[in-house]
Amino acid sequence: MAKNEIKYLTAIKQEKPKKKYCRFKKYGIKYVDYKDIEFLKRFLNEQGKMLPRRLSGNSLKYQRKVSDAIKKARQMALLPYVTDLLK
Amino acid sequence: MNNYELMVIFTPILSEDEFKNAQKKYSELITENAGTVVHSNPWGLKSLAYPIDKKTTGIYWVIEFTADASFNEKLKIALLRDEQVMRHMVTKLDKYAVEYNAVKKSGVGFNTQKQEA
Repeated sequence: MAKNEIKYLTAIKQEKPKKKYCRFKKYGIKYVDYKDIEFLKRFLNEQGKMLPRRLSGNSLKYQRKVSDAIKKARQMALLPYVTDLLK
Repeated sequence: MNNYELMVIFTPILSEDEFKNAQKKYSELITENAGTVVHSNPWGLKSLAYPIDKKTTGIYWVIEFTADASFNEKLKIALLRDEQVMRHMVTKLDKYAVEYNAVKKSGVGFNTQKQEA
């Protein structure tokens, strides 16, 4: 930043928020298993609701697959529909 | 022929033998209808995330098989008529799922059935 002539007394914050990424694309996960509860819990909040894409960073394709897997797990009583203090 | 995965929740009052007999019954039903059993995995007694039929535990059983699409209707009728079955679900497996299950079977230290819901 050579052209920036203004001097600040304290260094201005230049932290950029970390770029979100789709972990399925990054790690090459092709199939979302509805039996793997610990993995699915990463996409749920405390009440057992699913996190939006805006927070999880999933691509639409895999968000849909996660959503299907969570719904299957709920049907088979592996995950609760409603709860408090999941995790 | 398609790849499927069946998950059944039996009532918790079944004894070991009854559970084995039930597994045998459905495995035979698959083979009788020109299907093949790929892998069978009894999870055993597990607590449910919410009560089903006023029961808080259930005996889980997961079986992977190949069969014709027309077999599903028969299987469904048999499962719904069975009073030992609380709930069941058949999932069609795509090629990635088959791959995933094959890796999981051969892999070590990759047991989801030990995790609590």
